[in-house]
Amino acid sequence: MEGVKGLESDLEAMRQYFRSGKTKDVAWRQSQLKGLLSFIKEKEKDIFKALKEDLGKHHVEAYRDEVGILTKSIKFALHGLKEWMSSKKAKLPIVALLSSAELVPEPLGFVLIISSWNFPFGLSLEPLIGAIAAGNTMVLKPSELAPASASLLANVLPTYLDSSAVKVIQGGPAVGERLLQQKWDKIFFTGSARVGRIIMSAAVKHLTPVALELGGKCPAVVDSVSSSWDTKVTVNRILVSKFGACAGQACIAIDYILVEKRFASTLVELMKVMVKKMFGENPRETNTVARIVNEQHFLRLKNLLSDSAVQNSIVYGGSMDEKNLFVEPTILVDPPLDAAMMTEEIFGPLLPIITVSYIPVISFYLYTCILQELHPAIIKKTRLDKVEDSIAFINSKPKPLAIYAFTNNEKFKRRMLSETSSGSLVFNDAVIQYAADALPFGGIGESGLGKYHGKFSFDTFSHYKAVTRRSFLTDFWFRFPPWNDYKLLLLEGTYKSDYLGMLLVILGLKRRR
Amino acid sequence: MATKEEENTVFDVKAANVLTQELRDVFASGKTRSYEWRISQLKSIVKMCDEHEEDIVDALRLDLSKPQLESIVYELTMVKNSCALAIKELKRWMMPEKAKTTLTTFPSSAEVLSEPLGAVLIISAWNYPFLLSMDPLIGAIAAGNAMVLKPSELAPASSALLAKLLPEYLDCSLIKVVEGAVSETSALLEQKWDKIFYTGSSSFLGNGRVGRIVMAAAAKHLTPVVLELGGKSPVVVDSGIDIQIATRRIIVGKWGCNNGQACISPDYIITTKDCAEKLVDSLKKELEAFYGKNPLESKDLSRIVNSNHFARLTKLLDEDKVSGKIVYGGERDEANLRIAPTILLGVPQNSLIMKEEIFGPLLPILTVSKIEDSFDIIKSGTKPLAAYLFTNNKKLKEQFLMSVSAGGVVINDTTLHLAVHSVPFGGVGESGMGSYHGKFSFDAFSHKKAVVYRSFVGDASLRYPPYTLGKLRLMKALITGNFWTILRTLLGMS
Repeated sequence: MEGVKGLESDLEAMRQYFRSGKTKDVAWRQSQLKGLLSFIKEKEKDIFKALKEDLGKHHVEAYRDEVGILTKSIKFALHGLKEWMSSKKAKLPIVALLSSAELVPEPLGFVLIISSWNFPFGLSLEPLIGAIAAGNTMVLKPSELAPASASLLANVLPTYLDSSAVKVIQGGPAVGERLLQQKWDKIFFTGSARVGRIIMSAAVKHLTPVALELGGKCPAVVDSVSSSWDTKVTVNRILVSKFGACAGQACIAIDYILVEKRFASTLVELMKVMVKKMFGENPRETNTVARIVNEQHFLRLKNLLSDSAVQNSIVYGGSMDEKNLFVEPTILVDPPLDAAMMTEEIFGPLLPIITVSYIPVISFYLYTCILQELHPAIIKKTRLDKVEDSIAFINSKPKPLAIYAFTNNEKFKRRMLSETSSGSLVFNDAVIQYAADALPFGGIGESGLGKYHGKFSFDTFSHYKAVTRRSFLTDFWFRFPPWNDYKLLLLEGTYKSDYLGMLLVILGLKRRR
Repeated sequence: MATKEEENTVFDVKAANVLTQELRDVFASGKTRSYEWRISQLKSIVKMCDEHEEDIVDALRLDLSKPQLESIVYELTMVKNSCALAIKELKRWMMPEKAKTTLTTFPSSAEVLSEPLGAVLIISAWNYPFLLSMDPLIGAIAAGNAMVLKPSELAPASSALLAKLLPEYLDCSLIKVVEGAVSETSALLEQKWDKIFYTGSSSFLGNGRVGRIVMAAAAKHLTPVVLELGGKSPVVVDSGIDIQIATRRIIVGKWGCNNGQACISPDYIITTKDCAEKLVDSLKKELEAFYGKNPLESKDLSRIVNSNHFARLTKLLDEDKVSGKIVYGGERDEANLRIAPTILLGVPQNSLIMKEEIFGPLLPILTVSKIEDSFDIIKSGTKPLAAYLFTNNKKLKEQFLMSVSAGGVVINDTTLHLAVHSVPFGGVGESGMGSYHGKFSFDAFSHKKAVVYRSFVGDASLRYPPYTLGKLRLMKALITGNFWTILRTLLGMS
């Protein structure tokens, strides 16, 4: 491993390379994006292999969640690049007479991308696309917990790109720490809130802006008013986005479900049938569900289930294969709310279902009802609004990266929109928001800060420089001291775009109060 | 006697905690989300400006001897304009933006919704104590947040006035003012905020120092920050221009903006050796025309804010290698905290005055043999908040734009971009992060929530396991957008 000195001089060379201006060139950016595309295309088999090795991902899943989405994103960036790079004209007030203003996007400089192990290609290259499109030089540190993927990225990716501008550095926390001590123009991090705090604290030293893509407990609210077809679609969508996306090891995976009690058993029965149909009797053998990344995470999940009350709430699955690091898709109904299962992000194939009538203790609304001695009218209302009590439940927890709601109830949709807060909100589906280029992807509060995807990725790695141009032709003579009330009136007029008022002043027809 | 009452009024961490809890409780009621609440607050600000114009001008005169015209034009009118724009545009700003959805997520519709962040903290600076407090406040209100404003203790009259007026005009359950210095600020910074907006007067303790403290405090709660700092904003003056107009525009931006105590005021000039003499002559002539023979007496110049800053500035002037370079001005009046507009020619680059942000009425001029050499001087320092260029040379303009990075760039004028609400105002690198003004203020205090609406119809089974080769093929076709492959696959022909 190279020493600190070696690292520092390497990084300085990259900074120097940025200063040469080469990366600002549109042709350079295009060629790099094309290089990235060739890497994905030509090394598809190797990528599938690495993902299989690191996480036991089925190659179709790998294509759907990583290779395919990346292909789409690179093409989108190539298509939009020239438009994104062009400066935007801005309107001007009269005081800036005979001037023009525009917004010119410029690259930030030298950026650091630290990615995560659960989608080792997706979460490394998606921000990389933005950093390249914006014209930066960059270092990517893939996660050491997905070693096969990291080594593919480190050894093969640079051969497709301009290696003086894009460097992949492998390593664990020690390397990460050393990288964090350097001066960057932006740090883009995907991972946990705990490390997110470390990253932001390190960024303070050089006043480096950060983007933190974290996670949180993303709830899915299931309403009971749906027809049987809708219910079936709902269950399909829930199952695939929980167990089918890296076995629930995804920051936007559904963490838990909120459902009305009377609907819970219907839902659970349907889930049991569908989960078998979708993933087979033995999902490990059919390879339809990914494995747990490593022993540490396996034990963490095992621990979540170890509590006897939690154990008793299992209604489906629950078996664990420590040798193969495989956890069966598991469904639980009403585990205790103070169990680790419901206080920590699960990040694995365990799906607790919380029934809403179980919630009254937490629901402020219901609490008030009890205080009001169970006024009949209110009781009637609470029964109608039961699924809406999920809002109080969600709001009692930190803001999640995503909220999902399966419902046809327009009023409930509106309430979810305005009364809950999350990075994204999806009605009647889950996880698909990740694939939408037109939507900003990113968290709020504990689920992160900063956003990317599509044009937002370009923006996240760009500085929008405000440029105002003037000619020497004209100047309002009253712009200059010595000051008097006459000048004041005229200046006020220009700032307010009050042409008539200015005319009156000049004609001597208007005076200050 | 240390009375009980005095003890109770100490604003400590506990008091700050109670305060934020109150704010959060009221915010949770959803009151700030309504259009009506936001508009009523914005209108009240306009009313406050109109009804207390004199009080505000007086406070600024007390704190900084700011000329009335500067107070009205650069503080009051700007605040009123910001309000007027927000009132006019708020409905449009609040509307969700439709987003295009792609084939992969079809059929669905999507939008980006602006929602308030929650409870935000605004810490403002002393140099434009009214504008720099109210301008971000307007953004925070427009976006529907609950907020605390901490005005700078170095402009005590303005701070007291804000603390008195805001509760009279605005909803004091959601908009609070906390006055104080370091201990009060620290107590506030310990709390969890949903955004911290900090405008830093460049302090002689080192620019960005407080900015770093703010960001470090924010990191504990993963709070996003906007840092409006400063830096050494250069002015490059090329030959072959109307030197009189250029000089006048430089003077208005430098001494006409709070006597150089503004984050975007020109910090130093770079010009060619041949140009320097003409430029100095012109500056002398125009300065005399504007501020008279004895500028220390001029009513049209602000004073230095306090004796600390006065001492800092005189130290810059009195450095050995600098004191001999004064070609105009240099007079000072310690009793009245006044320093005359001062021009220095040919100061060495390793002098204090060229290392620190000046933030006062001193203007050094550096000379280079070729005007393009100025770019290297600028790039050798940290990225400034603003960069100015006076030239008629089109090529030079483009070169300047390409190679100089700064928060904002103005060609052939200075400080003008501050008044332009259609461009974002903010720094890059050491000059800060995040931006505001106009719609950008609204955005700075909003969270952009991605919302996707899907229906239950049109569910494509290819997303679901069991995974097959056909599904992979179709997915590939969908993503690469190859219509024929899609069709063939769907028809089972491939």
